[in-house]
Amino acid sequence: MAASYNAKEEDGHLSGSSGLGGTAIRTRKPDNTAFKQQRLPAWQPILTAGTVLPAFFVIGLIFIPIGIGLFVTSNNIKEIEIEYTGTETSSPCFNCSHNFSWNSTTPCKCVLSFFLDQPFESNVFMYYGLSNFYQNHRRYVKSRDDSQLNGDLNSLKDPSKECEPYRFNEKPIAPCGAIANSMFNDTLDLFYIDPNGTKNPIPLIKKGIAWWTDKHVKFRNPAGSNLTAVFRDTAKPVNWLKPVYELDTDSENNGFINEDFIVWMRTAALPTFRKLYRIIQKKNNMTPTLPRGNYTLEVTYNYPVRSFEGRKRMILSTISWMGGKNPFLGIAYITVGSICFFLGVVLLFIHHKYGNRNNSSDISN
Amino acid sequence: MTSGLPLFFVITVTAIKQGYEDWIRHKADNAINQCPVHVIQHGKVVRKQSQKLRVGDIVQVKEDETFPCDLILLSTSREDGTCFVTTASLDGESSHKTYYAVQDTKAFNTAEEVDTLHATIECEQPQPDLYKFVGRINIYLDRDEPIARPLGSENLLLRGATLKNTEYIHAVAIYTGMETKMALNYQSKSQKRSAVEKSMNAYLIVYLCILISKALINTLLKYVWQADANRDEPWYNQKTETERQRHVLIRAFTDFLAYMVLFNYIIPVSMYVTVEMQKFLGSYFILWDDDMFDEELGERPLVNTSDLNEELGQVEYVFTDKTGTLTENNMELRECCVDGHVYVPHAICNGQILPGAAEMDMIDSSPGVDGKEREELFFRALCLCHTVQVKEEETVDGIKRGIHQGKSTSFYISSSPDEVALVEGMKRLGFTYLRLKDSHMEILNRDDEMERFELLEVLNFDSVRRRMSVIVRSSSGEYYLFCKGADSSIFPRVVSGKVEQVRARVEHNAVEGLRTLCVAYKKLTHEEYEKTCRLLNSAKLALQDRDKKLAEAYDVIEKDFILLGATAVEDRLQDKAADTIESLHKAGMKVWVLTGDKMETAAATCYASKLFHRNTQILELTTKRTEEQSLHDVLFDLSRTVLRHHGSMTRDTFSGLSGDCQDYGLIIDGATLSAVLKPTQDGNNGGNYKEIFLEICRNCSAVLCCRMAPLQKAQIVKMIKASKEHPITLAIGDGANDVSMILEAHVGIGIMGKEGRQAARNSDYAITKFKHLKKMLLVHGHYYYIRIAELVQYFFYKNVCFIFPQFLYQFFCGFSQQPLYDTAYLTLYNISFTSLPILLYSLMEQHINMDILKRDPSLYRDIAKNSLLRWSTFIYWTFLGVFDAMVFFFGAFFLFDNTTFTSNGQLMATNTQMMFGNWTFGTLVFTILVFTVTLKLALDTHYWTWINHFVIWGSLLFYVIFSLLWGGIIWPFLNYQRMYYVFMQMLSSGPAWLSIILLIIVSLLPDVVKKVLCRALWPTTTERIQTKRQCLTAEQSTIFMLSQTSSSVSF
Repeated sequence: MAASYNAKEEDGHLSGSSGLGGTAIRTRKPDNTAFKQQRLPAWQPILTAGTVLPAFFVIGLIFIPIGIGLFVTSNNIKEIEIEYTGTETSSPCFNCSHNFSWNSTTPCKCVLSFFLDQPFESNVFMYYGLSNFYQNHRRYVKSRDDSQLNGDLNSLKDPSKECEPYRFNEKPIAPCGAIANSMFNDTLDLFYIDPNGTKNPIPLIKKGIAWWTDKHVKFRNPAGSNLTAVFRDTAKPVNWLKPVYELDTDSENNGFINEDFIVWMRTAALPTFRKLYRIIQKKNNMTPTLPRGNYTLEVTYNYPVRSFEGRKRMILSTISWMGGKNPFLGIAYITVGSICFFLGVVLLFIHHKYGNRNNSSDISN
Repeated sequence: MTSGLPLFFVITVTAIKQGYEDWIRHKADNAINQCPVHVIQHGKVVRKQSQKLRVGDIVQVKEDETFPCDLILLSTSREDGTCFVTTASLDGESSHKTYYAVQDTKAFNTAEEVDTLHATIECEQPQPDLYKFVGRINIYLDRDEPIARPLGSENLLLRGATLKNTEYIHAVAIYTGMETKMALNYQSKSQKRSAVEKSMNAYLIVYLCILISKALINTLLKYVWQADANRDEPWYNQKTETERQRHVLIRAFTDFLAYMVLFNYIIPVSMYVTVEMQKFLGSYFILWDDDMFDEELGERPLVNTSDLNEELGQVEYVFTDKTGTLTENNMELRECCVDGHVYVPHAICNGQILPGAAEMDMIDSSPGVDGKEREELFFRALCLCHTVQVKEEETVDGIKRGIHQGKSTSFYISSSPDEVALVEGMKRLGFTYLRLKDSHMEILNRDDEMERFELLEVLNFDSVRRRMSVIVRSSSGEYYLFCKGADSSIFPRVVSGKVEQVRARVEHNAVEGLRTLCVAYKKLTHEEYEKTCRLLNSAKLALQDRDKKLAEAYDVIEKDFILLGATAVEDRLQDKAADTIESLHKAGMKVWVLTGDKMETAAATCYASKLFHRNTQILELTTKRTEEQSLHDVLFDLSRTVLRHHGSMTRDTFSGLSGDCQDYGLIIDGATLSAVLKPTQDGNNGGNYKEIFLEICRNCSAVLCCRMAPLQKAQIVKMIKASKEHPITLAIGDGANDVSMILEAHVGIGIMGKEGRQAARNSDYAITKFKHLKKMLLVHGHYYYIRIAELVQYFFYKNVCFIFPQFLYQFFCGFSQQPLYDTAYLTLYNISFTSLPILLYSLMEQHINMDILKRDPSLYRDIAKNSLLRWSTFIYWTFLGVFDAMVFFFGAFFLFDNTTFTSNGQLMATNTQMMFGNWTFGTLVFTILVFTVTLKLALDTHYWTWINHFVIWGSLLFYVIFSLLWGGIIWPFLNYQRMYYVFMQMLSSGPAWLSIILLIIVSLLPDVVKKVLCRALWPTTTERIQTKRQCLTAEQSTIFMLSQTSSSVSF
């Protein structure tokens, strides 16, 4: 940007002249500061074709490489998505989804097999995805009690009114509210089918999937040595199969600080979303985390979505420095960079053609 | 809550401001109500609070005290029953005025004596005119029959005036409290609203419609969408029992209201506070301006209202008074003409008179004995026929003026500067008016002899008669009536004298731009005098219609004059008046001069002040012409001339600038004007005259209206205001006669001049000199306008940017009124994140240097007709806002929707993939929003002082710090911890940074491109000058080289 520094030195000059006036006049004379005279030194940039041109070219030159980099990185990320809603009769989960009832005591299981044609090299992240699930509905979003989740004993006994109608089920519900009540409770297990046919379970790590601050600060179990005792006077959420103190056997991952629970409690922004479920850690540098081959996904089908035309899916994805697979950002960068560059060229043309004309007309004036 | 807080803030700020003003007023009220007054009760002086004063109380006032109410003067400490009063706080005239005690009560001098007085007073109902009062006092002395005496304004001491040079007075209260003339003059000025405010309100209505339609659309869509029960109430998101039982209409209505609450930010409530603050603070720049400070008077400009600042940049018509506004109102006797002989007194140098009477030159021919006698009579007439007071030197220290003869130094004071000029001129011609003592006027003639004349009657000046007279008795016992006045009011009453020569001279002088007065006299016999006296007294005693009766009496008395001669007083043009008028013309304003003066004088002033040029074709619409032709014909004639030329002009020279084409000047006088404005009987062309007249005026660059009554001035302003373009008018004047037009015009400017302060008090702005108008309009007005225009547009823009993403979000959250942003962001967006940069911008912005604005008045045309607040501009800004909002929302949307938008969590110890929720989404949009709207303003700023830097970067920094803090702590008083670590987590993600940068650039791009293209292809004058200035700074070339190199690199 072109600029001119316009420092006005009239300040001193003017105050000098005012000294000549009589004392009586001087008292009523306004003080002479550059501010009051609106003559503060100032930088006066003007947006003209000439000044904007370099900026456009610079943006173009920076953005296009970034965009290409992003695009390539994103393309290198491997991702596989497996839908297991079971809407079609051919789907292995059709029966589970079709015969779903809240009261059934025996879990319904279904098995889906899939083939990875490329090995997944680094750490693999396993997500579950839901569609048409309005986690961002206002009634839903506010239906929680953060102080209960923070281990406040009063809130445990008397949950916030916002939790209605999931507040009391004779006893106070813990964790209360619609969000907690609708927690995703399908169990997903992954098996690698060796070329020789043996079924190897793949170790899924369920810790480290929630924000550190959520796990350690925002969510806390109520004080007490025994979780079962602490939650004795509470009811489990209506749609849960197990009470909150039986979410996991590991005491570090049980109760309110269960990471699956914490992940679910962070309401998604849009009706189609995915949430981190498990991490598959890379074993060593020699073998890929998930080698090429056949896999099966075993689903314990507890979570009904067909009533609201929802979809469920499982996603396996590797990540890069810029996160998950995201072609949009790369494309956007390339597009914007090109547009800027193109505009730069157009402006250069205009500047050549009209900039001179303006100057000459000014001179003739 | 979230929407209530800004509203609460707005109301609080307004309430604090109003409360403060009320408190100040209350304090002032108390001070006045409780100030002690000395009241005479039972012969003793008692102290009383002024609020307990009742009508009929006898009040004692001491020197330098202010009168607590309107009083009738009973007696004074001076023997002659007079007292001196200054009414500076009432009308600004600092001269001492003499008031007279009632003749029969002036003997009651002490408290005891006053207590014995029995009298009743009858007076008229309270009325606001400061200078009119009629009443009667019936005094019961020892006899039964009361003595009735007339009471006039000379007996009435007004509340607010101050007693001077008099030890004490006794007076009786007749009007108190709200009935005093001062209180009645607190005229509540009608609220003036600026054009900007009007467009602001229009925009607001548009936005209100948008708000309502948004809410309606969403409510409607919600119910369409919810028709499916599984959408309305999926298993995971059940309603409570009470919600379910609510009637559908009630639910729809509450939904509608909820949408209104959600989207209400689109109505920029905080804009009103910002505009108020901008106007209030901005008006200080006028006060502080050094260029508008008057060294002579030691006065700064006054800003009586800050509501109209930007209107100063929109003025299309300027109505100016002549005397005291265009001219100095600093009179000097240039010549006098006695029977055709011309006398020119020598110029005075710095108030020092060159001694001796020999300085009379230019005497055409030495007059004979008879002539000599006439000449001396003329001089005596001027020495006697006035209301000038002599102020002794002792009372005023420091200033020495009007020194005479070494005996005592004194100078003259009068409410009319003409009179002072005349009396001072006479002194230079050898006749010195010394003083008025015991009803005797003492003058010193050429031979240094004292002549005494008894002053019998003064027939005061008024603007209807346009003359004044005195009746005096010379020491030899002869009665004289001297009269001076405007030529038109004297000549018809003259029976003898060299009328022709004098008339010729008067007209000659008038053309020169001098103010002329004629002097005439008549001798009265004793009987005639007695008759006159009776006539006057009966008129003065009348309780009703006294003015009318007095006027009739004056009419009878003032006739059959013998013409003595005429005087010519020069009223010099104000400094740079011509330059100012020229600049105003160049700035596209039409300047009208409205004056009570006669046509020739006014026209001469107009030529001198360059209102008319030598090549201006003058169209006359005066009584003289309408006498020859009918008004109808004259009007049609003129309009034909003007329109024919206008037509040819549009054909020949397509450029609108009227640089070299013929321009017209119109002269119209008061009588013709009232004929034009008067609705005619036949009705069908009654409106026509007005239309034709307006048409003519529109095509004239300058109009001179002479012989205007004050009310006519206002009429003209009103007529132009009501014409079909509704132009913005400005009236400027200095006298009481301009008040009506100042109040009528869109912007009223008073000049703190010699004719009192009334104009300044009733004006919106008051300045000391006409020349200051140039800077006021061209610089301050221009700045104020562009500042407030940007302020208004920007406010709407930033609120569209703010709210439109929320609207879009409703489509993705099941129309559930889920807010996109956190409560704190919703509340603070307008209050703190984006408020200061625009406020400071609207105070500091200077798109062009002020020196250039002053040098090149044509820049003013660029902003004429509210050009920055046209609908097209408004729509552009709104669409820009909508575009930006789409960029924010869908940019973030695709990042979240297409795939997992995740953080690689480098801030965290483990390399985990963390999921982002809806609050992160909102925070991302909000961050882009705050940065974009602030940077948009930065792009619009042309004048970056350190304050702008501080505020713009400061508020961005504040936003970041606030967000870190807001998310960094579990706030114990909040129900929700939804923002906990959201901002930090977002910043720890690489894609978030990349997308923030990208989306900010994308949303700023179109505006930058539009600006650059407009500047390159269709530059306005303003932009040309900006570019030109930049060329001069020579940085242009380096930039151009830079761009060349960068382009060559890229190729």
